[in-house]
Amino acid sequence: MPKATGGPDIPTILVVSLLAGPVCAGLAGTVLPAFGYLPVLGYHTFSLAPFWELFRMPGLSTSVLLSFGTGLAASILSLAIVLLFTAAWSGTRTFHRLTRFLSPLLSVPHAAAAIGLAFLIAPSGFLARLVSPWATGWTRPPDLLILNDPAGYAMTLGLVAKEVPFLFLMTLAALNRPHIRDYYKAGASLGYGRMSTFFKLILPQIYPLIRLPMLAVIAYSTSVVDVAQILGPTTPAPLAPRLVSWMNDPDLAKRLMASAGALLQLAVSAGALLTYLGLERLVTLWLTSRFESGHRRRGDALGRQAALVPMLLVIAIMTASLALLGLWSAARSWWFPAALPQRWGIERMFDAFGMGGPALFATLAIAAAAAGIATALALWLLEARGHRKVPLRGRLNTLIFLPLLLPQISFLFGLQMLFLLAGLSGSFEAVLLAHLIFVFPYAFLALSDPWNRLDPRYAKAAASTGASRARIFWQIQLPLLLRPVLVTAAVAAAVSVGQYLPTLMIGAGRIVTVTTESVALASGGNRQVAALYALLQLIIPLVGFSLAALVPSIVFRHRAAMRLER
Amino acid sequence: MTGSGDSSGLRLKNVGIRLNGQPLLEIDCHILPGTILTIMGESGSGKSSLLDFIAGFLRPDFQSEGNVFLNGEDLTFLPAQERHIGLMFQAPLLFPHMSVLQNLLFAIPPKIRARAERRQLAQQALEDVGLAGFGARDPATLSGGQQTRVALMRTLLAEPRALLLDEPFSSLDQTRRSDVRDLVFRLARANDLPVLLVTHDEEDARSAGGMVHFLDGTTNENGCSETRQPQIAVSER
Repeated sequence: MPKATGGPDIPTILVVSLLAGPVCAGLAGTVLPAFGYLPVLGYHTFSLAPFWELFRMPGLSTSVLLSFGTGLAASILSLAIVLLFTAAWSGTRTFHRLTRFLSPLLSVPHAAAAIGLAFLIAPSGFLARLVSPWATGWTRPPDLLILNDPAGYAMTLGLVAKEVPFLFLMTLAALNRPHIRDYYKAGASLGYGRMSTFFKLILPQIYPLIRLPMLAVIAYSTSVVDVAQILGPTTPAPLAPRLVSWMNDPDLAKRLMASAGALLQLAVSAGALLTYLGLERLVTLWLTSRFESGHRRRGDALGRQAALVPMLLVIAIMTASLALLGLWSAARSWWFPAALPQRWGIERMFDAFGMGGPALFATLAIAAAAAGIATALALWLLEARGHRKVPLRGRLNTLIFLPLLLPQISFLFGLQMLFLLAGLSGSFEAVLLAHLIFVFPYAFLALSDPWNRLDPRYAKAAASTGASRARIFWQIQLPLLLRPVLVTAAVAAAVSVGQYLPTLMIGAGRIVTVTTESVALASGGNRQVAALYALLQLIIPLVGFSLAALVPSIVFRHRAAMRLER
Repeated sequence: MTGSGDSSGLRLKNVGIRLNGQPLLEIDCHILPGTILTIMGESGSGKSSLLDFIAGFLRPDFQSEGNVFLNGEDLTFLPAQERHIGLMFQAPLLFPHMSVLQNLLFAIPPKIRARAERRQLAQQALEDVGLAGFGARDPATLSGGQQTRVALMRTLLAEPRALLLDEPFSSLDQTRRSDVRDLVFRLARANDLPVLLVTHDEEDARSAGGMVHFLDGTTNENGCSETRQPQIAVSER
């Protein structure tokens, strides 16, 4: 076989340096201070002192257990809800209808969802108001620890509500493979019940495509900061938010301990990932042992109804939370226990636009730049790979997802330090770079499937007319993929808007987005303003996805074959 | 043995399928046990929809009328799982995450409980189609013809009461094709199954030896839908 075109593979080099560079540098910048080496602050000798100091912090083991437990439980619960629902309802009208509900929920930033959820379940929240005072007798918010409960149930619920749409869409994409429909038929014609068919025939085939996103969910959930700050326990808090507060402590010496803590966080997330992989192995063995028994499990009607309930709950909770954000931001006064605001007023909304204007603009600028760069880079990488006929597997694929498999905090600490040293901390470019590390993997995830499914014969037909590679790309491949490319950009923008920790750490307070603002406001007393900022977080993804749906249907309005299939 | 009278076999009674109100096909047929009805038509003529209707997979955007009876039992409103109709697809669709033997074990009904007996049945099935010793293999390492033979045995091991064949030979090359085809027809007859074969290959139709029904909406001298009467099926051979 002739070797493909020579010359350096620029997109691969770019992607590797974009992702591996900051991650490795960041990790190094975390490891050195963790072992007592931070020359800028006058620490020149290696020691274990930061770790001893860390282990002396009160409640550390509780924090570790909380991070591990809530993160792992939320991830597994989310996967179970998604798989059971998919097994029971895939291919039905119910499934299609709920899909339409779940897709937009994906673009809701974590922080906005958490704030909405807090408005729903807090002792003074909407649910309590609905039953007060007529059923409960409460005329003032009850003294219950529903929010920020010490065991982290509220936080787990918040994570589940946000990870279910993500894992669901990943499952949906995985189901979108050739022949999957026929395997359903094969199972049914052999007499297997719907859920049985899914778990024995479909899931083993699609799970490899869900696995990486699932691992990313675990790494994220075990180290989440924004959701933990809004919904999580406080005495003590989970590990990640405590690390952030140590890092921002005026006492600079605490940075060494925080760095040691970031390594501990790495170990906690790695432990959760390993635990999951162990469980995965057990479930696989158990499932495999059931292949040969021939049990059809046709009577699964009850199980199917049961599988629907948690999914409906998640959708109801998310919808109600978002609606509450809208209600609160339009409320002028809304005292407990009234179920609806006593007085309405939207003047505050205009005030908020005035106040939040700069933050919104910064969010938009970063999101647009990150989305543009990430989408272009993903396109470039896929095109070059296709041209060189190098399949995208193995090392590069793992590398692309590496930033999602590590707790953000473990390398953002070091990165923050490096940017400080380089005098770049708080600059637009530095924040943009930090966002790109997390945005690019999602952009690549969103684009690679449609790209690989594009019939290669189009490019061949174009090449046979003598079209150059550039012309094939710009005039054939890009237009054919206009819709998925725009969706990718919208996904990338939504991911960028949702970034809390990278903005907080690298922005150093000088770059403020609506997300960092709303997390800060969430703990404050003013619900109207917090709701408004949470709503502002939704605007950019909403506009992005609307454009991604609108533009192709306008551009291709006279091209029947370019319309979306059912 | 022939079940006496009208009830045995696969009966399609005044079946009509429409897509968004547009009539797609009409058929009225009776396939006796051990006989093959071949349905021919261009792509888009509704062949697959007919199979989906009989097997219980018709998508909700299709509307249907008429009934399917299998040995006298009305299947029309039963879920696919309860119909006991074996399906063979254009691709063999062996389950790629299982071994060849596991593919067969998967199909054997659970009423056969002893592990040894189940394995024995599966091994025997492999032997019957000349694939003894292939049990531990990864299905992906088998040739197209071998895969189709395994798929056939998988279908039959589930003890179907009728067989639907959706161009199952179209992926095979010419030489393999007639061997596999003869094997499928022979085993179907040996199991006394009513068979509905969908194809656009005339050689398939000739080799099936039964009645042929054209879906092009043109002539149907030997078809069964025009008459709207219980069809006298071709004699058994």
